[in-house]
Amino acid sequence: MGTMIKVGMADLNICKAPNAITTLGLGSCIGIALYDPVSKIGGLAHIMLPDSTQMRNNQSIAKFADTGIEELVRRMIKAGASKTRMVAKIAGGAKMFEVSGSSNIGNIGARNAEASKKKLRQLGIPLKAEDTGLNYGRTVELYAETGEFHIKSVGKKVKII
Amino acid sequence: MAEYSLEHVNDMYMDVLKELGNIGAGNATTAIAQMLGLKINMEVPQVKLLTFQELGGAIWAEEETVAGIFLELANDINGSMMFLLNMDSAYYLVNHLMCRDQSYQEPFDEMDCSALKEIGNIISGSYLSALSAMTQMVITPSVPFLAIDMAAAILSVPAIQFGQYGDNALLIETAFGDDVKINGYFILMPEPGSYEKILGALGIQM
Repeated sequence: MGTMIKVGMADLNICKAPNAITTLGLGSCIGIALYDPVSKIGGLAHIMLPDSTQMRNNQSIAKFADTGIEELVRRMIKAGASKTRMVAKIAGGAKMFEVSGSSNIGNIGARNAEASKKKLRQLGIPLKAEDTGLNYGRTVELYAETGEFHIKSVGKKVKII
Repeated sequence: MAEYSLEHVNDMYMDVLKELGNIGAGNATTAIAQMLGLKINMEVPQVKLLTFQELGGAIWAEEETVAGIFLELANDINGSMMFLLNMDSAYYLVNHLMCRDQSYQEPFDEMDCSALKEIGNIISGSYLSALSAMTQMVITPSVPFLAIDMAAAILSVPAIQFGQYGDNALLIETAFGDDVKINGYFILMPEPGSYEKILGALGIQM
């Protein structure tokens, strides 16, 4: 059993087998897990907002889906992963409060999920599975040995995608 | 006038926010005491400036289950605010309001959630009326929304709000209680421009 690496909000990191990587309590944020099954290198980004180009204050690259995913791919390649073998799994993007759909904060989770998928498509990384939306928080764990992505929520069974 | 953000706080600004927190939390405590018929003491609120990365784990462990009550604000100030409680405090207040024994720890049903929303509504409302009275501004809150979930997941909502404009979040901690201490947290999330309005209304030059 390896160690568990923790990724905070607006943060990203990579891990190699037998280690695992986690981020706790995703709400409207998205946890993007990338995995290369041959080199057994995994990466996890905890993004908060969809698009860095719409923000004036965008120095923090791990905060946004577009720049966060790019940086994660770069870090994984540097560690020995191959981009052509990478697959993605995403989770999060919940609507924590049932506020009216038109408001900016009401649909941020859905917009984060959409932007993450768009960026993955652009980079040609297949999205293998997702567990997004609904109205509850999620803790995620990516195991670099198997590529399994575990999703834990309050009062629910662990989901493995 | 330069746009004011939490990136350039000075001591004066923090003092004003502390005082707002103090008066707001004082009002809120009085409202709870009246609603529950309890004698309640309040401690001096703490105002903390945190990066949004710190916010998720700043109050509780990230995965601890907590209650968050969220309101949108409109009119002179646009934005939103949140009131947060740990589950012990939530049970204490709801059990009191529902005239139940304090040993009751069953999951909240619809009626309990409704009671909790109302508690959040009254607490936030009295906080906002203090702010409104001090600044002479009209602040209209929406109906309250409730979430009971992991602390980090609930705090992702204000973190994202703050994250759009900068890297800091402002947290007001208020502790009150009689035999049981209740810890509540306010997070005020004004949209850009609203900080200037609040400070301007209070006669603070920037």
